[in-house]
This record gives sequence, C-alpha cells and structure tokens, in this order.
Amino acid sequence: MPEKIIEVKHLSKIFGKIRAVEDVSFDVFKGDVFGFLGPNGAGKSTTIRAMLSLITPTSGEISLFGKSLNTNRSFILSKIGCIVEKPDFYHYLSAQKNLEIFARISGSDVSRIRIHEMIEFVGLKGREKDKVGSFSHGMKQRLGIAQALLHDPELIILDEPTTGLDPKGIIDIRNLILQLKNERNKTIVLSSHILSEIELIANRMVILNKGRSVAQGSVTELLNEQELVVSFQVDQSEKALQLIFQKFPGIVCTRSGSDILQITTTHELIPVINRLFLENYVNVFRIDPKRQLEEYFLKLIGN
Amino acid sequence: MFWKSTYNEFIKIAAKPRSYIGLGAITLLVAVILFAMRMDGQSYLSFITGSFEQTLSFQGSVLNGNLMAFIVLQLLIIHIPLLVALVTGDLVSGEAASGSIRMLCTKPISRTQLLMSKFAAGSAYTFIITVWFGVMALGFGRLLFGTGDLMVLNSQGLFILQSGDVMWRFFSGLAVAYLALVTIATLSITLSCFTDNSIGPIVATMAIIVLFTIIGTLDVSVFDPIRPFLFTTHMAAWRSFFEDPLPVSAIFRSIVVLVAHILILLSIALLKFNKKDILS
Repeated sequence: MPEKIIEVKHLSKIFGKIRAVEDVSFDVFKGDVFGFLGPNGAGKSTTIRAMLSLITPTSGEISLFGKSLNTNRSFILSKIGCIVEKPDFYHYLSAQKNLEIFARISGSDVSRIRIHEMIEFVGLKGREKDKVGSFSHGMKQRLGIAQALLHDPELIILDEPTTGLDPKGIIDIRNLILQLKNERNKTIVLSSHILSEIELIANRMVILNKGRSVAQGSVTELLNEQELVVSFQVDQSEKALQLIFQKFPGIVCTRSGSDILQITTTHELIPVINRLFLENYVNVFRIDPKRQLEEYFLKLIGN
Repeated sequence: MFWKSTYNEFIKIAAKPRSYIGLGAITLLVAVILFAMRMDGQSYLSFITGSFEQTLSFQGSVLNGNLMAFIVLQLLIIHIPLLVALVTGDLVSGEAASGSIRMLCTKPISRTQLLMSKFAAGSAYTFIITVWFGVMALGFGRLLFGTGDLMVLNSQGLFILQSGDVMWRFFSGLAVAYLALVTIATLSITLSCFTDNSIGPIVATMAIIVLFTIIGTLDVSVFDPIRPFLFTTHMAAWRSFFEDPLPVSAIFRSIVVLVAHILILLSIALLKFNKKDILS
C-alpha cells in the first residue's frame, strides 16, 4: 500500500445558508495524479482551500503527510506547492522579484540559482526581469507553477490550472504536469471541470457535485465501467448491420451516413466485432471508440 | 520567517507608486508653505501676534526656521494621516482584492506573523514619512530662514522658547506625532482585515478620524466621558512639548492612550485575520 499523502474525512463547509461542501471524504496516495472533477460550484475549490488552510472547515478532518492540518499547518504547507484558481502575483514587480518574495517565505532556503532553474523549467527564461503586469494569462500560469515548485515540494495542488488558457497553453501546462509526475515523481492534486483533462492526466479521481462526492476511484476503472460508442467505417454497411444484429441481438447499432456504423458496446467486444466483419468479407477502414464521458458525467451530476 | 516576511512587505511598499505620493505631497506642501512664508511671512506673523509683537524681547529674527518648522508641523500634521492610510489601509485588503493574499496564506508562515510583518513594514513606512516630514519642516525651514528663538502661541498665551531649547522639543514632538501616526496605521490595517476592497479601509480610516475629531472638539457635555479616550484627542499631543513648564503627565497620558489603541486595534486585527476565510 503506498503512503497516504492526503486524508480527508467527512469534510463539510457551510457559508451562511450555503452548504459548499458536505461530507466529502477521499485519500490521495504518494505518486498519484489525483483529479477533482465537477461542474462549476461543485465544491472543488472550497475543498482545495480547506486543504491549504485558506478556509476553516465547518466540520471534518484533514490530514496531510500523516499529520493533522489543524496542529501542523506550517510543517504541512512547507511540503506543498500550489496554485489556487489563478496565480495572482504583484503586477508591479518583475517575475524574478515575485519568485524571490515567495521563496523567502517558502520554509526552505531557495537559492537564486534555483529560482532561475524554475524560470527556465516553465519556459520564461528571458522574461524574468519583465513586470508581471505585462504577462499574458498563460505566462502568469507558468510563473505560478514555477512559484509552486520553488521549494521542491512533495505535493503539488493545482486548482483549475488550465482555465482561460488557449489550446497551446493548455497543452503546455498539461505537459508540464506530466513532466512533474514522470520525471520528478511528484504527487499532484488537480481540479478541473474538463473531463478529458482529468482522463488524460489523472490516475485517480473524485467527482464532486453540489458539494458532495458522487464517485471516486481509479480513472480507468470509473471510465471503463461505461459503455463505448464505437464507429466502424466499412464498405458494406447494410451487410455489417445485419451481421451485428444476427450475432449480437439486442445491441444498439445505428447507421450514420452510407459507410459508418455506430455500435454501443464494451472495450472487450471491439476486436470480436472487427473479426466478425473480416471473416464475412466486410472491409473495415477505421475504428473509432468514443467513451460517453459527457453522458457519464451528466448522469452522475443528475443532469 | 517574520523578518523575511517584513522584508518582503517593505519591498512591496517600496515598489508601489502610491507609497511615494506621501513623500511627494509632503515635499510639495512644505515647499509651498515655506515659499509663501518667505514671500509674505511678516504679514502672517503680524496677524498672529497683533499689537504686542513690538513689546517682545527676542533673539534673532522672529520669522526664523524654528517658527517655520512649528507652523508647518501645525498645518500638516492633521493631513499626514491620509498619506499614511493611503499605504497602510491597502496592506491586507489590497492583497485580498488582487488575490495575492491567497498565495501568501498558502505559505508556511503563520497568519499572525504575516499580519505582524505587515504592521512592522507599515510602521517603518510611517517612520520614513515622519522623518521626511521633520527633515523638510525643520531642515529646510532652518536652511532657508536661519535659526532663532521660537515664538509659540497656544491657549495659555504667547511665549518664547530660546533657540537652544527647541531642538529636543521638536524631536520629542515628532516622536509622539509618530506614535499618533502608527495608531492611524494600525487602525487602517485593522479595517483592512475586514474587507477585500482596497479603497474602503482608507476612506473608513479618514471617516473615523473626522468623526472622532468632531466629537472631540464639539463642546457638548455628553461626549465629555469619552473624549479623553479618543485617539484623535491625543493626535496633537506633540504640541505639549512646546509648553513651558512641560505637561509631563498629560504627555504620558497621551502616550498611554495611543499605545493602548495600537495594542487593542492590533489584537482585533489578529483575531479577525486568523479566523478569516480567504475567498478572494
């Protein structure tokens, strides 16, 4: 069993009459890329803020690195690097000065060399003397990651790190996160409302809705439980359709256009169907499996 | 960690353009007053002293640097709080408004240390403002008008302090004025903990000063019990150093009231900031 890095038990937070988070429990293990998935207002940021002691939970317990956050705040925060929502720097200071400010209170001795290494790591070399006010959102996000990594933390918490980024920025940040996981062996907690993002990066996840946890576990298991819609591009769609109905009565299969069959099936049945077509001289040009992520997600959140 | 954080706070204050508004405003205002006194000081003096100017025994020119410094201090000391609040009122709420408070509060520094470092940096800025004010009023006043005996007009009448007897009074007066300004700084930092709006605490600080000043000066008996405890009553305590004999007990009382305000306000700020949910 890998070491437990985060343990959240029955976390609740009430703001006035609003229950932002209600009875949420989950564990994050060493080496995990743990995804927080949920629509806007699901309680992702509130949970992350509670884990960083930015807000005080109404009830529940939060332990990190085997210690209670209530009594070991400084020790725990010295092992965490984070971006909450978006990195808000001092726009009137340069990128380097900003990093120096956060390095001083990071709990570690962060050298200037380390600051420059991080600037280079996030691809901002040459811009370190520029004021942050002149940076694009994507650049600020990269600087935020540099800030989070300055003191070489064991745990990195990134709240919606790709929000507001253009497609290239999203890919860059995603690659940075994967690099942190693969090359630096960091434990990463990542929140997002984008399903594909969590699927691409995370190995475990919790899905929140209206402040409650509605599903959690391994990403692969959670998503593979779901049926796939597989598109087969064939040369004889009518014959292929009849073969499917003969061999798999009750299966949902529709024709889309003149040469595409859309079959609702499972991952394991894809090669079986393909073999059936080939054995009956139906040529297959393309197989395109698509998980019904959106439908799965919407089903979970009750939409 | 506290000192590192205080250094951070001072770097931030030093990098903000608004921090120089105070220094610039003091320089400009003192220059304007000294220029006006240079051009038309004699008629101003005659207006104050009236007919008995000729009867006084006086060493040097009446219109000298010491008198200029005293006039400048008297005119400007009530406006300096705004310049102080402009910077200190923004120390917490400004960061809440911009969102940077989130990043600060996720670092392994306690909120108490974080707020105390802001208080220390705010007090250091207030010290610089006070010193600059003293340098401008006293240094430039003496440079332009020379030195001489100081003629002081207060509620007990007009009397003269000898030239050799005024410097320690100026320094002591500035020290008490500094204490009064730190009280203002603490008030604005405290208000700053209650909001995420950077302008609110600055306006609220000035509103409280105006309100307390009115209560303090209104000759209505209903306010008599609270008047001695208002910090605004003691903001002009620096003037007591220019009385002879020195009202030691009144000065001591003012210092106690101002220090008590600082401690109470700081405790409220710490209580609020430590319990505050960072939602910005």
